[in-house]
Amino acid sequence: MAASLEARVGPLALPSPAMLASGILGISTRVFGRLLDAGAGAVVTKSLSVEAWEGYANPTVIGASGGGWLNAVGLSNPGAAEFARMLRAEPAVPAIVSLVGSEPGDFARMVAEFGGCNVIAYELNLSCPHVARVGLEVGDDISLVESIVRATRAASGVPVMAKVGLGTANYLDTVGAAAAGGADAITAINTVRAMAIDAEAARPTLSNAFGGLSGAPIKPVALRCVYEIASRHDIPVIGCGGVSTWEDAVEFVLAGACAVQVGSALAGGNMGVFGEINAGILRYMERKGHKSVQEMVGLAKK
Amino acid sequence: MPKSDIPSARTVLSVADETPTVRTLEFEDAALARAEPGQFAMVWVPGAGELPMSVMVSDIAGRAAFTVRTHGPSSRALYGVREGGIIGVRGPYGNSFDAKADSALLVGGGTGLVPLMRLITRLPAGARIGLAMGSRTADEVLFEGRARALAKGREIRIEVATDDGSRGVAGTAVDAARLLLDSGRYAAAYTCGPEPMMAALVGEAAARGVPAQASVERVMKCGVGICGSCCMDDRLVCCDGTVFGGDYLASSADFGRAWRSKSGAAVPF
Repeated sequence: MAASLEARVGPLALPSPAMLASGILGISTRVFGRLLDAGAGAVVTKSLSVEAWEGYANPTVIGASGGGWLNAVGLSNPGAAEFARMLRAEPAVPAIVSLVGSEPGDFARMVAEFGGCNVIAYELNLSCPHVARVGLEVGDDISLVESIVRATRAASGVPVMAKVGLGTANYLDTVGAAAAGGADAITAINTVRAMAIDAEAARPTLSNAFGGLSGAPIKPVALRCVYEIASRHDIPVIGCGGVSTWEDAVEFVLAGACAVQVGSALAGGNMGVFGEINAGILRYMERKGHKSVQEMVGLAKK
Repeated sequence: MPKSDIPSARTVLSVADETPTVRTLEFEDAALARAEPGQFAMVWVPGAGELPMSVMVSDIAGRAAFTVRTHGPSSRALYGVREGGIIGVRGPYGNSFDAKADSALLVGGGTGLVPLMRLITRLPAGARIGLAMGSRTADEVLFEGRARALAKGREIRIEVATDDGSRGVAGTAVDAARLLLDSGRYAAAYTCGPEPMMAALVGEAAARGVPAQASVERVMKCGVGICGSCCMDDRLVCCDGTVFGGDYLASSADFGRAWRSKSGAAVPF
């Protein structure tokens, strides 16, 4: 039997382990189709809220001085109901829908909007580092995390993933609360709170001052988190943070991730990165004699 | 000099009024000075915002410029930057017009003329140039003298249209373009400006068998293919564009029909 790229995230089977991370290119089903054709195992939408949000004023995305990107987009999105209308019109495009909100009722209400849509999973954004009262501020509230996951799980007929990040709480406690609430998988991590100051202008560059750092500089941090979560909790983990090459993807799998997400590596219109990652993983599997992605999960820990 | 994704501070060296609502700001930047026609930069006005701007030519080596109409909050802020003021620039981003045509019709509306000025400098020596320019009123007509100067002795025919008919043809740049298209003297059409105008031009050119290219503008947050705000069908205007060919544009479900607002919702033109 030849090596297979199929990835399993709990009950969810994906054709390949590298998916599009939330927040990247996540507003157009036509673009989703192009990314899936390019080899993405799945696409995660931008985080959707009950109401439409414009996000912050520009600058919202800038290069970071040490490599990678800084962003404070501010969770701009057309709202869950409007997005559901768009998804419903494209039943051939499967999507993992990312949701962001402040309380359990927000999430249950949004899940109800997606009837008739090809939603294969929900991902709960408990980790956006730059918007008040949602994202990381929710993820830092351990009891709220459990009740949000539980409410979403009860409302949803498809798997629910919780995306955690590095806030003020111990993120391992957030993972534990999500697992207790019935999460099917954990996505780790989000961008890392950061900022840039322009010396000539003598002020922060991002309009929101604070944003999140993404890309290659945070990969070692994300890899550590995935390793740690996989060591402490019995729950599927999706690695996210600086995945740019097939080597990065393999490292995350060896650390304990059953799949990975790719975001910043798409900068410059680099949609071909999915094909490169898939081809590289396959070559690695053949060289090492692995038949499935699943059998490589966590090998670095053994 | 490589392109930069980090806003680089540039001192504005000169400010010139082009019309009562349009100004050109010049600055030194080796990479932007060499930008291709159709490429853009993300321009930061510290404390006020950042916006995508097509890169205007300068007559001085090593310099580039932005020509801005005061309109929304960010463009009003850029318009208000004085000589000696600081802006941050990143780029250049995007693809560019194919400037190979020996006879070229350029069709621009308002500040959409900016990439076409750079295009004039890139067209072949000996190229025959037609320029159709649209503006709201006679006193908003932009770059007429500049275009003649940049043509540097090559044949250039200019037709002007104004929305209110106060100069030239009453209508858009397309109405001026028709006068030049009908001469049959131009083998290719290049356009930049309001999208409904460009969509009409692409149609008029196709009806006469003239291949067209259009430089498209959309809401942009990142400029680098991350945010998705500038999507048109399955394309990204920032990376796959800004310039698209007429054949694709004629088949597009979005071009001339809908754009994405800051929230990402589709909005009809």
